[in-house]
Amino acid sequence: MSKFMDWIDERYPLTKVWNEHLAQYYAPKNMNFWYYFGSLAIMVLVLQIVTGIWLAMNYKPSADLAFASVEYIMRDVDWGWLIRYMHSTGASAFFIVVYLHMFRGLLYGSYRKPRELLWIIGVVIYLAMMAIAFFGYLLPWGQMSYWGAQVIVNLFAAVPVVGEDLSIWIRGDYVISDATLNRFFAFHFALPFILAALVFVHIVALHKVGSNNPDGVEIKKGPKGNRWSETAPTDGIPFHPYYTVKDIVGVGVFLMIFSAIIFFAPDLGGLFLEPPNFEPANPLKTPDHIAPVWYFTPFYAMLRAVPPMFGSQFPGVIVMFAAILVLFFLPWLDRSPVKSVRYKGPLFRIAIGIFVVTFVVLAWLGMQPATDTLTLLARIFTTVYFLFFFLMPWYSKVDSTKPVPERVTK
Amino acid sequence: MSEIGVDLKKRRFLTAVTSVVGAVGLGFVAWPFLASWNPSERAKALGAPEEADISKLEPGALLRVKWRGKVTWVVYRTEQNLADLPTLDDVLADPNSEVTQQPEYCKNEYRSIKPEYFVAIGICTHLGCSPTYRPDVGAADMGGDAWKGGFFCPCHGSKFDLAGRVYSGVPAPTNLVIPPHRYVTDSLILIGEDGGAA
Repeated sequence: MSKFMDWIDERYPLTKVWNEHLAQYYAPKNMNFWYYFGSLAIMVLVLQIVTGIWLAMNYKPSADLAFASVEYIMRDVDWGWLIRYMHSTGASAFFIVVYLHMFRGLLYGSYRKPRELLWIIGVVIYLAMMAIAFFGYLLPWGQMSYWGAQVIVNLFAAVPVVGEDLSIWIRGDYVISDATLNRFFAFHFALPFILAALVFVHIVALHKVGSNNPDGVEIKKGPKGNRWSETAPTDGIPFHPYYTVKDIVGVGVFLMIFSAIIFFAPDLGGLFLEPPNFEPANPLKTPDHIAPVWYFTPFYAMLRAVPPMFGSQFPGVIVMFAAILVLFFLPWLDRSPVKSVRYKGPLFRIAIGIFVVTFVVLAWLGMQPATDTLTLLARIFTTVYFLFFFLMPWYSKVDSTKPVPERVTK
Repeated sequence: MSEIGVDLKKRRFLTAVTSVVGAVGLGFVAWPFLASWNPSERAKALGAPEEADISKLEPGALLRVKWRGKVTWVVYRTEQNLADLPTLDDVLADPNSEVTQQPEYCKNEYRSIKPEYFVAIGICTHLGCSPTYRPDVGAADMGGDAWKGGFFCPCHGSKFDLAGRVYSGVPAPTNLVIPPHRYVTDSLILIGEDGGAA
């Protein structure tokens, strides 16, 4: 065996890569529950790619055939229902896992120096995910697919001067049509491979700077030497086998919940699969109530909250995209002398609590019909959402902090 | 790290020139890829005018026609509807249709050629949903007695009156679009063509 490995290693740095990224990659020994979601996200990505390729074997990206081909997969293809439900549930699971992963970063200051670029690559991944999810949602060609795409593509029509041409260029037609469906399918198929490449870049960046931990202490700056190596950080343990085994526990629990949803509530009460999407797309009739899938609703609520200005819908579109783009600046908005929420003061803790509530309330508002009261609520919470970021340089700086220990704690 | 006899200045110049030419070439190659996203010739050809037969349309009823893939309405407005229109001017964003959302021959108080027949593209000027037809005067969910009939967009709550004029304070910024159209006979409207009027 070792002779065989030698043969490989002389031609490809297999053992070297294995050691650098797994067996001799030293991660802080105090990583907790919140550290499950990175590896889970990778697993869900693989699951989405595999189930997606299998679905593509029976799916027809044509306005005439798409809806029927999805029903064909559900009824006539052996195990087609399972593969499709894995894919549709997987989409929501991906966002749940990634939102928790991002929240972890927020809690423990994982975006702070030297991990700014790591965070930025992560936000790019999040953007790519949203694009992929949006393209994919058109494919079943149901009512919600059709009108959801109509609304989102029309966001681009709100761009001053070139908007109308831009939206026609994106659709390839004057309305959402067969041409749009066909190209969205091409993008939905191709982009996940770009996403996988971005994840690779994300991990390269992570292994350059090293993992953060719940204490926000840099183990590389601490004492050196542990059971495995004299030069490794004392507070580090090899990723493999320690964290691979820990992550398998996470995978097990995740798959239990995931399977329960697939088998017992694949539409999760209309949250994962929306009722109007069981009706084929009808360009002549908008459903009585349309809303995007849950993971887009916070941003949708913000879009609706902004009234038209200067006879244009553009300000709302800007606010919606700004809500995502502001994440890019997070590493420089946080001026606290400490990273982790464990050592931050009450101001930051309250702010983060308000932010979580705001995000959830906006997500809920985005699913509701727009009444006067709810629109007012959406305006208030949109403002709060942005205040969390815009006031951060102030409250993170004046906030009291607790002393950060030299070494990681339990 | 210059070696003797190497003209670094010339090398830099050549590198820069090659890069610029390469970038221009890349631009030329990118063009066909980007331009292929435009509507195809077939998609453009499908934008031909569409006939709407209104001989069987009853007062108060709405007829849906598909023109360029877009839903287009013909509404037969009653005398009462027409009388109600001017009373709404105060609550509308653009009661006099100043923004060009209609051909010149429809820039009048009814936004139509013949007062009773209202032709409009049934797509909300906000984000493109198709508003629902709510001719029921005084509907409680539409604001009660103040509601004189019109259209309500379910997506984001925009309201329009029976001349497609947008209410103020709703997400939609402008009135509904009136497509070019003309009467071939008294009971046949050709949508998408006005014979060069306007």
